[in-house]
Amino acid sequence: MSDIRTETMTVNMGPQHPSTHGVLRLVLELDGEVIQSVIPTIGYLHTGIEKTAEQKKWQQVIPLVERMDYLGAQSNSLAYALAVEKLLGLEMPQRVQDIRVLIAELQRIASHLIWIGTHGLEIGAVSMLFYAVRERELLLNINELIAGFRFFPSYIRIGGLREDLPRGFHAQVQEFLDRFPAKIDEFEGLLTKNDVYRRRTEGVGIISKEHAYAWGLVGPIARAGGSDYDVRKYFPYSGYESYDFKVPTATEGDVYARYRVRVAEMRESLKIAKQALDRISPSGVWACDDTRVVPPPKDKVYSEMEALIQHFLIYSQGFTVPAGESYVPVEGPRGEHGCYVVSDGTNRPWRVKMRAPSFMAIQALPTVVQGGLIADVVAVIGSTDVVMGDCDR
Amino acid sequence: MDAQAIIDSLSPLVPGASFEAAPSVDFATIYSPAEHIVATCQALRDALRFEVLAEITCADYLPRVPRYEVVYHFLSVSRKLRLRVKVRVTADGTVSTVQGVYPGAGWLEREVWDMFGIVFDGHNDLRRLLMPEDWEGHPQRKDYPVQIQKAAQTYAPLEVSEEQFRASLERDRVNRPH
Repeated sequence: MSDIRTETMTVNMGPQHPSTHGVLRLVLELDGEVIQSVIPTIGYLHTGIEKTAEQKKWQQVIPLVERMDYLGAQSNSLAYALAVEKLLGLEMPQRVQDIRVLIAELQRIASHLIWIGTHGLEIGAVSMLFYAVRERELLLNINELIAGFRFFPSYIRIGGLREDLPRGFHAQVQEFLDRFPAKIDEFEGLLTKNDVYRRRTEGVGIISKEHAYAWGLVGPIARAGGSDYDVRKYFPYSGYESYDFKVPTATEGDVYARYRVRVAEMRESLKIAKQALDRISPSGVWACDDTRVVPPPKDKVYSEMEALIQHFLIYSQGFTVPAGESYVPVEGPRGEHGCYVVSDGTNRPWRVKMRAPSFMAIQALPTVVQGGLIADVVAVIGSTDVVMGDCDR
Repeated sequence: MDAQAIIDSLSPLVPGASFEAAPSVDFATIYSPAEHIVATCQALRDALRFEVLAEITCADYLPRVPRYEVVYHFLSVSRKLRLRVKVRVTADGTVSTVQGVYPGAGWLEREVWDMFGIVFDGHNDLRRLLMPEDWEGHPQRKDYPVQIQKAAQTYAPLEVSEEQFRASLERDRVNRPH
C-alpha cells in the first residue's frame, strides 16, 4: 500500500463556520484525516477599540472595553477601572468592592454557560445549548435590572459603580443562586459520565502546564494541566482574599480536564457570589468619595455653586489622571484579563491595551492539534473557549 | 521585590547591559537596552523563574525621542511576582525577537509590528495579524489619522453586466437529451 501516491489536501475552516466561535479562520493541511499543519488567521473582528479609546475621555472607555470580550464584558471593565484607579490612587469602599466581586462572578458563570452550551453543541450534545442559554437568560435579566442593558451593562465605573443597586436586586440574585446548583448537576448529568462525550474529549488536545506557560496561557487552560495560578489567589484585588473559595485544578490537561475545571469553577463562583451577596446591604455607598472623579450628590449640585461646577466639569471635560502607567490583571472567565493603561496626565488615555487570553489560546492552537484528527480540532477550539472579540479587539 | 533588587540579580547574568529602574505605581519596572533584550529574557526565565511572558505591547510617545517604548510584562507563578521590562526604540530602530525564549511572543510581536511598525529582528513570520494583508501604514501610531476613508483593495465588488450574466448562464447550460 505504501507505494500509492497520496497528496495532502488544504481545507479552509471558517471564517464563517459555526464551530469557530465567530470569525476565526483555520487553514488546515490534511493527510487523510490527520492534520499536518494549521495556520490560524485572525483579524476579521478587529474594530480598533484600542485606537478609539485614545480619543475618548477616561470614563467613556468603559463601554468600549466591555465590547472586547463580549462574553466576559464586566471582567474587561473591572480590569480597566482597577488600572485607572491605581493611577489615581483610589481605594474603593467595601460595599463597592463586594458588588464588583458579585458582578464579576455572575459574569464568569454567564460566560461559562455559553461555553458549556456551544462546546456541547459542537461535540454533538445539541441540547446542552438550550439548557445553558435558559440559565444565562436569568443572569442577563439581572444585568438588565442593574443597568437596563443585558450584554454590556457598563455598571462598573472608574471610581465605583454607576448608581446604587435597584430595588429587588437581592431577591432576583438570591433566586438564581438557589436555583443554579441543581442546574449544574443537570449539566453534569448530561455530559460528565456521557460515554460519547468522554470518548470525544479524553486524551484529546493535551496542554501541559509547562506548554501552557511557554505560550503565555494562564487561566482555566493551564489549571486543567496542573497549574494552580489564579489571579484571585496570587494577586488578590477587590477583596478576593477575604472570600472562602478553592481553585479547581486537574492534571490531565486534555479537553475533558478543561471541562471539569470549568464546571467546578461555576460551583466556586456560586460560593463566592453567595458570600458577596450576604455582605452587600440593599442600599448604601456605591462610589468612592473622591470629588475629582465622582460627581457630588444631587442635593448639593442643586444648592451649592461649587458642587454644580464640579458636576459640569466631570461630565463635560472629564477628569484628568496623573501621568504614569499601570497594568492590573483580573481573573476573567478565559484567564488573565490584564489592562495596561498609560496616561500623559490629561483627560484622555494615552494608551489602553487589553491582554487577551483568547489571542494567546489561538496562537497556541497549532501546537495542540497538529498530528491529531480533524474532528478533534472542533473539540479543542471549544475547550479553549476563545472569543473572537477578545482576540481581535 | 523592587526594581533595584531585580536589577542587582539581573546585571551579573547579562554582561554588558546597563539596566535602569523606572518609577511605577503597581510593580517593579526596569528599562533594558534593546540589544540585550534576548539575554535579559533568557536570564529572567531561567535564573529568576519568570515562567510566563504575559504580554508584549508598545506605546508611541510622539514627539518624544526615542519615540517608542516596547513593554514586556512578565509573570513568575512560583515566586508570585510580576515585572515590567521596557525597551526604548527610536523611530527607525529595531528590537530582537524573544520568540526563542518565549514561543508565545510570536503573535504579540506580530501585533506590535502590525500596529506600530516596529521591526523584530529574527522573527520567523512578521506579517500583518489584525489588519488586512494589503493595509498601508500602522494604525496605532500617534501620527496615523483616526478618521480615515479607505477603499478596500483586494475585494473590489464584482461587477457583471447583463450580457455577461446571460452569457455565463448560456455557457453553463448543458443540452441534455431527454
